Amino acid sequence: MEPLMAVTIGILFAAAIYMMLRRSIVKLVVGLILLSNAANLLIFATAGMLRGAPPLVPQGLSAPANMVADPLPQALVLTAIVIAFGVLSFAVVLVRRAWEIVRADDLDKMKDTDT
Amino acid sequence: MSPEIALPILIPLMAGAVSLVFWRSRLMQRLIAVGATAGLLITTLWLLASVNREGILVMQMGGWAAPFGISLVADLLGAIMVVLTGIIGFSVAVYSLATTGRGHEAYGYFPLMHLLLAGVAGAFLTGDIFNLYVWFEVMLVASFALLILGSEKAQMEGAIKYVALNLLSSVIFLIAVGLLYGMVGTLNMADIARRLAMVEDQGMVDALAMMFMVAFGIKAGAFPLFFWLPASYHTPPVAVSALFAGLLTKVGVYALFRVFTLIFHHSPGYTHEILLWGAGLTMLTGVLGAAAQFEFRRILSFHIVSQIGYMILGLALFTPLAVIGGVFYIMHHIIVKTNLFLVSGIIHRLRGSYQLKQLGGFYRSHPWLAVLFLIPALSLAGIPPLSGFLAKFIVIRAGIEAEAYGVTAIALLVGLLTLYSMIKIWSEVFWKSVPPEGDVDPYPEVRQRELWLMAAPVAGLALCTLFIGLYPAPIYALAEASAAQLLDPQGYIRAVLGAQTEMVP
Repeated sequence: MEPLMAVTIGILFAAAIYMMLRRSIVKLVVGLILLSNAANLLIFATAGMLRGAPPLVPQGLSAPANMVADPLPQALVLTAIVIAFGVLSFAVVLVRRAWEIVRADDLDKMKDTDT
Repeated sequence: MSPEIALPILIPLMAGAVSLVFWRSRLMQRLIAVGATAGLLITTLWLLASVNREGILVMQMGGWAAPFGISLVADLLGAIMVVLTGIIGFSVAVYSLATTGRGHEAYGYFPLMHLLLAGVAGAFLTGDIFNLYVWFEVMLVASFALLILGSEKAQMEGAIKYVALNLLSSVIFLIAVGLLYGMVGTLNMADIARRLAMVEDQGMVDALAMMFMVAFGIKAGAFPLFFWLPASYHTPPVAVSALFAGLLTKVGVYALFRVFTLIFHHSPGYTHEILLWGAGLTMLTGVLGAAAQFEFRRILSFHIVSQIGYMILGLALFTPLAVIGGVFYIMHHIIVKTNLFLVSGIIHRLRGSYQLKQLGGFYRSHPWLAVLFLIPALSLAGIPPLSGFLAKFIVIRAGIEAEAYGVTAIALLVGLLTLYSMIKIWSEVFWKSVPPEGDVDPYPEVRQRELWLMAAPVAGLALCTLFIGLYPAPIYALAEASAAQLLDPQGYIRAVLGAQTEMVP
């Protein structure tokens, strides 16, 4: 499972970086979305891929008997997904407003504030 | 139980929520803004006093014991930073009463300002690395919305760069946190520091240190990651610019200080070397960028970048004196830089322009404003007896003592170039006679009351600068004590985790 995850995450990162390096701002946002999903998967994978080992403590014991999956990264991923959702929806609205005002989808035409 | 640790976060959060309730009432929002930021300032001073008296204060959220719950930790550096947040928050709130237009207030300027302050204070006080990420995001979302308030063309262009690069930095930060957790299995910064000392794979630790450096370097605006800053900071309403200039990049600098003194201090090998040269190049590129500009706020934005270099230099040299210098520099810089942005706002209000070419004759028409500009400007350049002189003096002396002559020479040169670009503003805006009619838009009308509201925070911050410059002993003692705490991570770990320092697997 781990090698498959690693390859998937790698492909996601590569796609994200490719999209972010394009000039179009829509593709920039797509790249950011892919990037945050890649990061979430990466955190998910750091917990270790254990099958059928929920972090539940059997009755009568104070600690789980066998090795269990670590629940904390999943909590982190949930938090990160929520935050990324909020921030990325802002970015999508921003791109739309920017297109309405600047009338350009091309980052090379947005250089007024650079120099 | 000491409530003053949580209050600097709770007050702005509550104030933001309450001002949302009064969405339509302009008067109530303004009253809450001034009242809550004044309250924030008072509680932060209270926090600083108790931290100074009792040492590092810790609060466990929800009563969960240290490595499992989220801890709020106020050491001296954190307490100093929230006091500065309080000072800047209060000054900008008073200033916004005069400069924020009805349109901006109708779209939630004040609630967003409170949210931003809550995020900044949270980042300074948290002792949990994932919680730090969350506060960064709170701060970022508020700053995104503040940045595009008004939706002008330049704001949109600046905002796209700002949003894209800051999101990138957040993702890098998140990945680094995830990998760090995968390695040590904890998120509490004190616990991470303790366990990381026992990790065998030092190569991975160095890689993580680099990821944190890049993530916080983007936030702080360090070379070569600063390009979003001068592209965006001059576009929003001036009160927003001032707030950003004072606080946002400094959160990145604070995070660098925290992470590199507490967590990654075991192998200060090449990471500190990279930080050192990054600091030197940050100073140089920032000041050269400023020399080429002829727009008031753009010059100041580039100077934020160059000044960040001095603070990182203090961290990178990593001697006791250098860290003292870095902390002192942060205190001096936040006050001075915000003040300069506020002055540029007054000039814009009086003449309707930020272009140096279109301005002139202020020394004749508003001599008091000339004095108010000169204090922070000369302080920024490091002219004695103002605060910037002492800050630069400590950092440069630490550089010479550490025998880092190359970077120290850059620091001295950058001081000179800073003076050049401050003098450029001075001669263009204040000394030059008013350019012939036709170049200048008709002057907007300004009421006397508004002028007072704008001048009062500027004068207050100028007094702070003078105080730091003329009576530096207590400030230096604070910086010294906080540097001593930073260089002794064991004290921090003991304060957070209690006396039990033996390892539990």
